[in-house]
Amino acid sequence: MGEALSLTKIDAERQRTVAQALRTFLPARAVLWQEEDTRPYECDGLTAYRKVPMVVALPETEEQVQRILRSCHAMEVPVVPRGAGTGLSGGALPRGDGVLLAMAKFMRVLRIDPLARVAVVQPGVPNGAISDVVSPFGLYYAPDPSSQIACSIGGNVAENSGGVHCLKYGLTVHNVLRVRGFTIDGEPVSFGSEALDAPGYDLLALAIGSEGMLAVITEVTVKLLPKPQTARVVMASFDDVETAGQAVAAIIAAGILPAGLEMMDRPATQAVEEFVHAGYDLEAAAILLCESDGTPEEVEDEIARVRAVLASAGATRTSVSRDEAERLRFWSGRKAAFPAMGRISPDYYCMDGTIPRKRLGEVLNFIGDMERKYGLRCPNVFHAGDGNLHPLILFDAASADELRRTERFAAEVLEKCVAVGGTITGEHGVGVEKIDQMCVQFSAAELETFHALKRAFDPQGLLNPGKAVPTLRRCAEFGRMRVHGAQLPHPELPRF
Amino acid sequence: MDAAIAALAERIRAAAESRQALCIRGGGSKDFYGGEPRGELLDARGYAGIVSYEPSELVVTARAGTPLAELEAVLADNGQMLAFEPPHFSPGATLGGCVAAGLSGPRRAAAGALRDFVLGARVLDGRGRWLAFGGEVMKNVAGYDVSRLLAGSLGTLGLIAQVSLKVLPRPQREITLAFEMPEARALETTNRWAGLPLPISATAWHDGRLSVRLSGAESALRAAAEKLGGEAAASEAAARDWTAIREQTVPFFAGEAPLWRVSLPSNAKPLALPEAQLIEWGGALRWLKSGADAATVRGAAAQAGGHATLFRGGDRAAGVFAPLAPALARLHREIKAAFDPAGILNPGRLYREF
Ligand SMILES: Cc1cc2nc3c(=O)[nH]c(=O)nc-3n(C[C@H](O)[C@H](O)[C@H](O)COP(=O)(O)OP(=O)(O)OC[C@H]3O[C@@H](n4cnc5c(N)ncnc54)[C@H](O)[C@@H]3O)c2cc1C
Repeated sequence: MGEALSLTKIDAERQRTVAQALRTFLPARAVLWQEEDTRPYECDGLTAYRKVPMVVALPETEEQVQRILRSCHAMEVPVVPRGAGTGLSGGALPRGDGVLLAMAKFMRVLRIDPLARVAVVQPGVPNGAISDVVSPFGLYYAPDPSSQIACSIGGNVAENSGGVHCLKYGLTVHNVLRVRGFTIDGEPVSFGSEALDAPGYDLLALAIGSEGMLAVITEVTVKLLPKPQTARVVMASFDDVETAGQAVAAIIAAGILPAGLEMMDRPATQAVEEFVHAGYDLEAAAILLCESDGTPEEVEDEIARVRAVLASAGATRTSVSRDEAERLRFWSGRKAAFPAMGRISPDYYCMDGTIPRKRLGEVLNFIGDMERKYGLRCPNVFHAGDGNLHPLILFDAASADELRRTERFAAEVLEKCVAVGGTITGEHGVGVEKIDQMCVQFSAAELETFHALKRAFDPQGLLNPGKAVPTLRRCAEFGRMRVHGAQLPHPELPRF
Repeated sequence: MDAAIAALAERIRAAAESRQALCIRGGGSKDFYGGEPRGELLDARGYAGIVSYEPSELVVTARAGTPLAELEAVLADNGQMLAFEPPHFSPGATLGGCVAAGLSGPRRAAAGALRDFVLGARVLDGRGRWLAFGGEVMKNVAGYDVSRLLAGSLGTLGLIAQVSLKVLPRPQREITLAFEMPEARALETTNRWAGLPLPISATAWHDGRLSVRLSGAESALRAAAEKLGGEAAASEAAARDWTAIREQTVPFFAGEAPLWRVSLPSNAKPLALPEAQLIEWGGALRWLKSGADAATVRGAAAQAGGHATLFRGGDRAAGVFAPLAPALARLHREIKAAFDPAGILNPGRLYREF
């Protein structure tokens, strides 16, 4: 997690100047600066970091967004975009010297083209609402983060969010055709197209997952897929997590690409079972949920193959959902994993490392060691199909010592993920939370390349500054700069 | 960094210092594509070989000089494939050139484009710096997505030295159905079918004949074929036909007239141009053999909501790719400068200005 960004205290005079400048073209209700109004925006889903923003702007039109950006750019005021505030890495953490640009009023679905299978929506539209409105056409939007009833499509674009079905259907980057918005100087830009590609560099891929640092997105064109005719899920029990991990590899080695493939360990199933009664096997050290979707023929065929693989891979029990209600019940526990932790512990801290699947056993053992080392519990839920781990450290934020131990626990796990050839974040983003671990994953030259890309869009560094990519100085202070070969990058930089 | 990379890096550093343009090249199979190659030849074929491949991880990592055919053969031995079905255009095609060109084949509309399967890349930038982005895991949002940015950059941002790609299991079975129908009806039909849960993995329409490939489990194909009708082709011959379309060896592509690649929203109306077309990707990719001037073709494409690339032949000097809006052109120049400040890597290959 690292120490909080050093953000300045609110300067009352600056606040007045900026609020007044925005009021010249925004109505009073769209410019908030009194603390009682701005306080609700002090954090996103990562509540350990909080900062009351200097001013909150709530535009309703693209023209207003453009004018806010132009005006902030001219005054050199940092701007932090915000969607629904469900982010888990502090990407939308405000600044005391900046404007928080809340996109909550961009809630319209602008166009649905069922024949071309696209929908054009404003960025504040919740992920789940897209599938709801296109459902009458037999279509849906595939990426389904667990937060889908709340999180915005704009936030999904900024984080390249995934869901439990992304092994087969991809992440946000695979399901968005085009975004429109503005760079920090108010210049309108459009990346991608409604065709399947656009000329030049793939700026769409660059914008997706850029954590709101390259452009403010005001319109998103998503790709829609035909709803599978049917889906069924196999639930399998295992005596130990390693065997469960090998079963995942066996399914894929058999040439099967399931729609979803999720794992939970016993501490996780126990916590959720109390909460949602999903019918999980509490004797099992781990359970796997493996979903198959498609035509009835495909599903029947695949389920039979999956069951055969699981049986020979050491599953102690398997059951197959008999109807839609049962399928949703099997998933309900997985989807409620985070809130369930909130019921058994005052706080939980969710990690997001991704590893090559074959290293799963090793990493889970490492997490077990860390539980003992730091004296904290850590249930695991896991997008097993794509190697994305969500260990959940349970702690009490009221205890400064527990918070410190949690931070160190998490940092060690993320660094382990890098060491086994993985990454510190699979889908939640770096934000402010994992910024120090970026120094472990990337070399100085790589970080410099990120900064150079940022400068191409935002030379003064005014759009969501200080997130996602650490300065080299910060890495030097953190003392964990990745060493390439035997030579330290930038030997000329002072190291402490 | 191994010795081969160190030598390539040194070469790039020296070229940057003396502002000597470099022409990065693999098998040269795509020399025809993009702006005229120029500069001193930098052959990437020496840096070859599969670095790691574990079928159960669905990832392969290989060096740029690895022949595409060799890589695909290894995947096929393990029942897997590059799902974007990249065109080779010559037996010498390499992985590096394939990623730099960013082209995808018949399965693109169903499975995704090359860039969708790029998980990570190692690259030597225009300063000869050895950089790694992304990785070998399916999901990775640490840092900007530079490896996808490299896909289709035509070597203008760096020498793509090593790539990790997501691979997929080969379908259990494939069948091809053929239908007689005129262009407008074929467009309407393929779009409508794409909105239904059918295992369609490729379409091609030309001269009144629509071919539709289905991929998946035997039972699913049988059910879909029953629903769609059409006339089923023998599977080996059909497989050869799809390869011929991908490799542009079907008769449509022969002849001297310039070949345009017109990328459109899939349901765009038939292009208001008189010449013959071959339509793939459910309507989203329209190949056009036309001697019409660039402004006419680009105008028709833009009007239909897409863009046109002068793919093969014609006057490359007038620009191969659709011109960019001023704001995007500025971003392109800045991004190019971030990777290659001396402007030595494949200059003019993507856009004349850089
Ligand atoms: C219970 C729970 C479950 C979750 N499950 C998942 C999951 O399964 N998979 C997953 O990937 N994530 C998950 N998340 C994380 C989170 O929901 C996603 O990251 C989501 O995409 C954030 O969307 P948001 O609208 O809340 O964005 P915010 O939190 O408001 O912002 C996130 C980032 O996006 C930027 N941003 C927002 N809108 C714009 C815009 N219009 N233009 C430019 N930048 C913008 C912000 O600056 C910030 O950097 C979960 C979170 C919670 C709380």
